[in-house]
Amino acid sequence: MSEVTGGVEVEEEIGGTVKKFMFVNRKAPYGTIYALEGLEVVLISAAFDQDVSLVFLDDGVYQLKKGQHTKAVDMKNFSPTYRALEGYDIDKLYVEKESLEERGLTADDLVVDVEVLTAEEIAKLMAEQDVVLSF
Amino acid sequence: MGTIEVGGKVLETDEEGYLKNLSDWTPEVAEYMAKQDGLELTDNHWEVINFLREYYEEYQIAPAVRVLTKAIGKKLGPDKGNSKYLYELFPYGPAKQACKYAGLPKPTGCV
Repeated sequence: MSEVTGGVEVEEEIGGTVKKFMFVNRKAPYGTIYALEGLEVVLISAAFDQDVSLVFLDDGVYQLKKGQHTKAVDMKNFSPTYRALEGYDIDKLYVEKESLEERGLTADDLVVDVEVLTAEEIAKLMAEQDVVLSF
Repeated sequence: MGTIEVGGKVLETDEEGYLKNLSDWTPEVAEYMAKQDGLELTDNHWEVINFLREYYEEYQIAPAVRVLTKAIGKKLGPDKGNSKYLYELFPYGPAKQACKYAGLPKPTGCV
């Protein structure tokens, strides 16, 4: 157990380079472990004070869909956890407009406040990143 | 894997002593775990334990210690929302130890 996340003093001492990390979420929340594992990586990454952003596209937009009932698939409904991201100082959440529209969704259907961007705008953002991780 | 016996009930824990099933938790479980660590739970401990249970209820995760510290500060004031205060209450690490007493899994990111 390393409570690295508590080290205010450590942060001041080390400082270091801040890189731009983008986590790209492309898959439906259940059926595979990608979405949940991706979210865990994001939460862990928050401990390192990097410039973190999340993108949701393709079926990944379903991860943020309100009203998930997971009893039948016997998995924990982890969608409330996206609302904890703000407390982790992760507030850059982008959702691809085209992916939402293809699925008949709008930003109002999502559990958190997001910025809806076109594929073109997301591509541009992606190009500015130091690290892009896809789940 | 392990078990603890509290109030005549055998409860499953993981290899580090965290409850397997959140629903097994009762205040007696917290008292029992604290006693094993040689700790007497005070109102100040309970404030944090109850806070964690509410946090989990709302977000379905155990918060990282930094997030916990900040959130406690927001709710209970700056004299409680700091590492020193929380480490005095929970010397094994506020997130790790308090989450255990609260019946939550180990905070994500703690290895």
